[in-house]
Amino acid sequence: MKSLESIIENHPFFKDLEPRFLELVTGCASNVRFEAGSFIFRQNEEANQFYLIRQGKVALEVCPPNRDPVIVQTVSDGEILGWAWMVPPYNCHFDAQALELTRAIQLDGQCLRKKCEEDHSLGYQVLSRLLPIIGKNMEATQLQLTDIYGNRS
Amino acid sequence: MDNNAQDPMVPQLYEVTRTIRETHDSFSLHLKSKGDSDIPEFGPGQFNMLYAFGVGEVPISISGRAEKSGNLIHTIRNVGSVTSALNDLKKGHTLGLRGPFGTSWPIEACKKQDVVIIAGGIGLAPLRPAIYALLKQRDQFGEIAILYGVRQPKDLLFTKEFETWRGKYGIQVKVTVDSADREWKGNVGVVTTLIPRVSFDPTHTVAMICGPEIMMKFSILALKQSGMSEKNIFITMERNMKCAVGFCGHCQFGPAFICKDGPVFAYNKIKPFFETRDL
Repeated sequence: MKSLESIIENHPFFKDLEPRFLELVTGCASNVRFEAGSFIFRQNEEANQFYLIRQGKVALEVCPPNRDPVIVQTVSDGEILGWAWMVPPYNCHFDAQALELTRAIQLDGQCLRKKCEEDHSLGYQVLSRLLPIIGKNMEATQLQLTDIYGNRS
Repeated sequence: MDNNAQDPMVPQLYEVTRTIRETHDSFSLHLKSKGDSDIPEFGPGQFNMLYAFGVGEVPISISGRAEKSGNLIHTIRNVGSVTSALNDLKKGHTLGLRGPFGTSWPIEACKKQDVVIIAGGIGLAPLRPAIYALLKQRDQFGEIAILYGVRQPKDLLFTKEFETWRGKYGIQVKVTVDSADREWKGNVGVVTTLIPRVSFDPTHTVAMICGPEIMMKFSILALKQSGMSEKNIFITMERNMKCAVGFCGHCQFGPAFICKDGPVFAYNKIKPFFETRDL
């Protein structure tokens, strides 16, 4: 059976992380699984966790008032779920629902934030991995907003 | 273009043998020649000019050949007056057809290579003949990945064929939509997010992309980030094609005419113009 540390080390998000940082991150981690249909977090809840998806698929849903929920993104193997744990006021912006059996590493956001504040080198490592993902998500959102599949015949 | 050898501007008469409702706004027409000449050979990616009598003419890519009859298939999105008139055609009706015109997808260049096909919306239709050509000689190619993005699940084309492509031919078929309700259990996100989820060797891969230009732009960017060379990326362009033989100039794109020099281009050949605003 793989150790938690080796699972984290092999996840693309923490690829090539120095061993001293890996140890710090592992101290905040636990193994979790979510059955299909279960909610991992809900919109407006406190964002105290983030997840390294090992296997499975999770839908991020917006729940507009008086309308059915809309899935705006899915994340799957090798990706991460959640970044609101890093940005005040630390609230979830979406519902996250497992679409299939999903195995993940759960990282305690408060624990990791504290370690990042104590060791800015770790903070830089985490942020420099998180920022490109946030950037890509923003770019993808902009593309979705432009309705790119519009009018080709 | 044998049937047009005498005059490429004169439409031939074709009969609608079958109509298929593909999605809420897209349909396919199966067509057979009403004249003595056989249905012309076409390359994957080529297009015909379809003429709805009394309404007008539009360029429509060939989306395949019917399995039993060999009739031509065109898959069309109903977005304007001519496509609306084509949408109204029933079995037995007649339309005018000129073609086939333009360049084809580089199937030969794909041999011994991995192939990544990226389609957006109705863009899967012009790529389907290329997919059929790859499947016909499946053992000549390495990994084949088809990445397909649409706005909503109801916009997906040819879904019944996906399982055959996956199961019988070992193709990696990944589908994503821009947004969905809870009934949808597949991927949600832009089509470029699928690129890291399929297996291919970027140094030995040919990519073919068809979709709106903004989608192609970001797909090219993502393929380059994955390590692919620009010279192995092929795209298909669309402009206001009228004559289809490079006379009228309506579809001029820099030094090229989309109808004659395209619609399929090697990306590195048109890159400077592809990135020019308002061209």
